[in-house]
Amino acid sequence: MRRTKKWHRAAVTAVLVLTAALLSGCGEQLIVMNPKGPIGESQKDLILIASALCAVVLIPVLGLTAFIVWRYRDRKGTKASYRPNWSHSTVMETVWWGIPIVIIAVLAVVTAKYTYALEPSKPIASQQKAITIQASSLDWKWLFTYPDQGIASVNVLHIPVGVPVRFELTSDGPMNSFWIPQLGGQMYTMSGMAMTLYLQADEAGVYFGSGANFSGEHFADMKFNVDATSQTDFNRWVNEVKRTSPALTEAGFEQLSKPGTTQPLVYSSFPDGLFSKIVSKYAAGHSHGQSEPGMKGMNGMDGGSGTDMKDMDMKDMDMGGMDMSSHQMNGRQAEAGTSGHASH
Amino acid sequence: MLDHIKQFASEFFVTGDPLILGAQVSIALATVAVVFVLTYFHKWGWLWREWLTSVDHKRIGIMYIICSLLMLFRGGVDALLMRLQLAVPNAHFLEPEHYNQIFTTHGVIMILFMAMPLMFGLFNVVVPLQIGARDVAYPFLNSLSFWMFFWGAMLFNVSFIIGGSPDAGWLSYPPLSELSHSPGIGQNFYIWGIQISGIGSLATGINFIVTILKMRAPGMKLMKMPMFSWSVLASCVAIIFAFPILTVTLALLFLDRFLGAHFFTLASGGNPMMYINLIWMWGHPEVYIVVLPAFGVFSDVVATFAKKKLFGYKSMVFAMMSISIMSFFTWLHHFFTMGTGADVNVFFAITTMIIAIPTGVKIFNWLFTMFRGRITFSTPMMWTVAFIPCFVVGGMTGVLLSVAPADFQFHNSYFLIAHFHQVLIGGVVFGYFAGLYYWWPKIFGFKLNEHLGKWAFWFWNIGFYVCFMPQYFLGLMGMTRRTYTYDFDMGWGPLNLISTIGGFLMGLAFLFQVWQIAHSIKFMQRDTTGDPWNGRTLEWSIPSPAPLYNFAVLPQVEATDDWWETKEKLAAGEKPKPQGPIEPIHMPKNSAIPFVKSTLWFFAGFGFVWDWLWLAIPAMIGIGICMLARSFSYDTDYYIPVDEIRQTEAKMRRATV
Repeated sequence: MRRTKKWHRAAVTAVLVLTAALLSGCGEQLIVMNPKGPIGESQKDLILIASALCAVVLIPVLGLTAFIVWRYRDRKGTKASYRPNWSHSTVMETVWWGIPIVIIAVLAVVTAKYTYALEPSKPIASQQKAITIQASSLDWKWLFTYPDQGIASVNVLHIPVGVPVRFELTSDGPMNSFWIPQLGGQMYTMSGMAMTLYLQADEAGVYFGSGANFSGEHFADMKFNVDATSQTDFNRWVNEVKRTSPALTEAGFEQLSKPGTTQPLVYSSFPDGLFSKIVSKYAAGHSHGQSEPGMKGMNGMDGGSGTDMKDMDMKDMDMGGMDMSSHQMNGRQAEAGTSGHASH
Repeated sequence: MLDHIKQFASEFFVTGDPLILGAQVSIALATVAVVFVLTYFHKWGWLWREWLTSVDHKRIGIMYIICSLLMLFRGGVDALLMRLQLAVPNAHFLEPEHYNQIFTTHGVIMILFMAMPLMFGLFNVVVPLQIGARDVAYPFLNSLSFWMFFWGAMLFNVSFIIGGSPDAGWLSYPPLSELSHSPGIGQNFYIWGIQISGIGSLATGINFIVTILKMRAPGMKLMKMPMFSWSVLASCVAIIFAFPILTVTLALLFLDRFLGAHFFTLASGGNPMMYINLIWMWGHPEVYIVVLPAFGVFSDVVATFAKKKLFGYKSMVFAMMSISIMSFFTWLHHFFTMGTGADVNVFFAITTMIIAIPTGVKIFNWLFTMFRGRITFSTPMMWTVAFIPCFVVGGMTGVLLSVAPADFQFHNSYFLIAHFHQVLIGGVVFGYFAGLYYWWPKIFGFKLNEHLGKWAFWFWNIGFYVCFMPQYFLGLMGMTRRTYTYDFDMGWGPLNLISTIGGFLMGLAFLFQVWQIAHSIKFMQRDTTGDPWNGRTLEWSIPSPAPLYNFAVLPQVEATDDWWETKEKLAAGEKPKPQGPIEPIHMPKNSAIPFVKSTLWFFAGFGFVWDWLWLAIPAMIGIGICMLARSFSYDTDYYIPVDEIRQTEAKMRRATV
């Protein structure tokens, strides 16, 4: 008995020390709980609400367990009552069937509400027009194509701050999952279909993104930084990529899609309708009206307007960016992805 | 010629990894040692007669338990290798491919070749004794089930020294598990290893449903049955609905790989989503299949060591049966993030969280069994008490995961890893340990050393929390499962290091258990009472270990805790219940067919793995011959004469009094 008590104390101390160590070190690093966009923010709220509802049961049960185990332990001279045949109480059983039912009912309502609100393919309400970025998981790297800007990048993603981003997701190979914890939860990328995920960054910064679903040997290397910058800086980056980077050719893509890892890369252009091709490559027998690939003319124009804006000052530039993106939306090829998704 | 052999050997054996080379050498040495010992002590005949061909449920149970403890060792070593690799950032201890193989085999082994056989072991040694039966309903099938499990597990296990382990994750989603992305033969080992043992599991499920429904002692109405037997019934109901799905799914995957079918490939109209739906329609009920019997163990243990009737018996039965059924409506929560849409996600989120209700009720019932009881903290009870907070916390994180939009952030992360290890270790492993410690004296006739058991207990528990609590935080820090290494700047290093330390504490705990068993075999005194814990149910009314026929005279059951009631009445001075006369007992004869047939399955599986039809086809023919041989064998049973029963009883009772 002595020995057990001593161990109890040691265990409790160890747990406390550990908890303290955990809580002191990583407040900032708990990136899921430190979101930087509206979707991630809502998900954090939901996690906190659900945790609080769980705690309503958890804390009393833990307390009750400790109390009962201590009070009714068998020892000499105990004053605790002993009723070996007491095994039923309708009132008590009603209570502990009832309380979980009520809590789960509340949680179910909250969950349903949030599930509809946070349906990944639902556009984010915003003054700004959404920008489309297509993400394809390859073996073992991420290819991002920006149809409106006409550029592409690998293992690095640039997005403008404050603008909803409409991600279209697919995979060229085994399925993976596209996850940027600080912006919002993940979505699977699957070959033969295109899924939609809306995310948005509210603050400039560099965020961690990764492939979250195992897809083979070097899946752990499928991580990327998300550079969220002002619209101006985003445009400047687009222009710089257009000016200084090589083009992604068909042959280049073939090379890229072979199994292997790579450092971040950027491309000044990419083959027409590359994303649709990746999707439809696997969709034999699933032809559900992929729309025409993106317009080359649009891409050219983006570059032009970007160059013009280079000399503008900050405020105007933001406005310009807004106009530009709204203009672009008209011609985007995005619907290809949506219809592919809906067909499944 | 020599070159040919060299070429073949380099493909056949896994080469180039010092860890695996070490394993190969030690396996070879161990085999030689076993063969030598058996030959030197002339034990082959004994092994064959007493064990390999035995149809006695107690023997079969013991073999299940031994295998599962060996698999716990193997799966545990896998776990420690992974934790070593992850202990520090940018580690190069394991190559990515090797790491992928290890987490794949760790998952498969722990669920299918450790948890399942430990569970079947407990079913076998306990259920017939607890319901007052002389054997299971189909003793021959029972032996076949065990040997199918055994050879399936062996087939899976040889992959790491012969041919290469599977590396596509424990559920092997296509297209990763298809020929296009996993051209090696590891995936074939996965399919056949699980397939062969899975057939055995299905047969066990059928066997125990029939045993429980048809073989209970006279007077034992279903609502008077001990809770462990109820939990076995609940679990087996889930088994007979879930395992056929697994069998079909793996068969289809095999057809894809072997014959170029397209069930799960996008080319030619197949769909990987179909595989994912199917595998989880088996996979989610599977976790309830393994945890339900643990609930049964806790119910029996808590009543015994609180010296009090189980609280809310009817609630418990209803809760277990409803969990068994509801587990089939939850599979989709494993892919909330695959874009199924809000309607579907809401439906499965709610069906998933509803399971928390009956589970929560059970927790309260266990607590109120202890309430106003007299709790003694023997090792089975310690595991039970430790289970409650662990499972409650794990259950709550499970509820968090069921909240679909929140799951978008938890899915595939270490938060998930922490959750399911907490419910599977806290629920299943703690539960089966409690069961093993509890029924050990019934199985072997002596208790395990309590002192060493307590050391093991504390190392397990402290190790568990040190290992898995940091993983919740790692998940919230963005660390994903199956990551073989990570950069220094992610800040995941310290928590991973702590987690690894916890893993090794659990490894130490396992060593304490090995020491405990070895020490107890050598030093513990025989239990002469047959009832060392002052138990409540029928298995404690007979000598330990139970004689071949279990009960000389089948008991007449009157109450829920019949043995407890009997003891109470005897203590109050009532006369013992009048027993019927001893009559000849009808018993099944041993049979070599289950062992031979399952061994042939191993060779058939091995042939299919390597695409060696010259091996697979004759083996399949052999399997057919075994079935014919069985259907034409008429001399399958015998009677134990009354004199022999009297002698055995006299000897045993003398030992027990």
